[in-house]
Amino acid sequence: MRAAALALIALALAASAGAGEQRPTAAELESELVCPVCETTLDTSNAPVALRMKAFIRERIAAGDTKSEIKAALVDQFGPSVLAVPPKKGFELIAWVLPLAGLAVGLVVVGLLAWRWSHTRRGDDEPPDDRGEPLDPALERRLDDELARFEP
Amino acid sequence: MTQRLRLAGQVAAVLVVAALLGLLGWKLMQDESAVTSELDQGGSPAAPAFTLERLDGKGELALASLRGKTVVLNFWASWCGPCKDETPLLQEGWKRWQGKDVVFVGIDVKDFRGDAKDFLARYGVTYANVYDGKGSTVGRYGVTGFPETYFVDASGKVRYRIAGPVEDAAELDAGIKRALAPA
Repeated sequence: MRAAALALIALALAASAGAGEQRPTAAELESELVCPVCETTLDTSNAPVALRMKAFIRERIAAGDTKSEIKAALVDQFGPSVLAVPPKKGFELIAWVLPLAGLAVGLVVVGLLAWRWSHTRRGDDEPPDDRGEPLDPALERRLDDELARFEP
Repeated sequence: MTQRLRLAGQVAAVLVVAALLGLLGWKLMQDESAVTSELDQGGSPAAPAFTLERLDGKGELALASLRGKTVVLNFWASWCGPCKDETPLLQEGWKRWQGKDVVFVGIDVKDFRGDAKDFLARYGVTYANVYDGKGSTVGRYGVTGFPETYFVDASGKVRYRIAGPVEDAAELDAGIKRALAPA
């Protein structure tokens, strides 16, 4: 009985997870696809080709196509530049990798600079070496006198 | 050691900047309408080569295979309003010039294949048409809108261009005659 209930729940979850893929809305697809002529997303374009693409999306949704199937069909016609977000493969991968690589290089540079800066500063702030030249006795006596004036 | 590191960093920075500038230049070259600008300056630029899928299902068509003939290259799309007015005129022109070493080629750009085939059937187009859904030829020719027609001479040089629809038979014939005239 318990196993059957678990199986039912799993089935329901799988069905709901697949629903997003199986039932895309025109609005979400139009925001993820670009008009090949005016190069803005379809939802902000009224160019003739954009209107035709919007009609195509509605036809394919009505026919039961998934989001990825509709996108693949449009990429097949117009090329990958119709995708608002570039795919994570091939030449388009650069669009994903380059900013991360830049960030990594920036972090390394900042880290190196911070390391250098902290080492330089530590050298400046180090207390005088005790093993250096002894103080002049007269000066040491004067210093003791001065300090004594401030002691309660 | 620190000096060496600094030098390596400077070299790397210069290389990155050079690479980015190179990428920018390459992109600008891709977009650069070299044909249009050279034509506007009175030159006869070489027609950029292409090999594209034919819309009649007979494989591919390469511009190079038409060398020795005058080519009327018409950029169009099924969603383009003026293209609808222009196409019957081009079809009539094709009938007039067929067999006189003049070839008409339509390049359907940024369009659905199915829509393009329907369009050609609706207007009874019999000259060759190729499909360029990605618009790879647009930037190289410097197409500024649709329709646009280029006249390529027998040696593969662009001799004339009509931006916008061809208005009448006289304008079309004048373009062809310019491409047929000796350079």
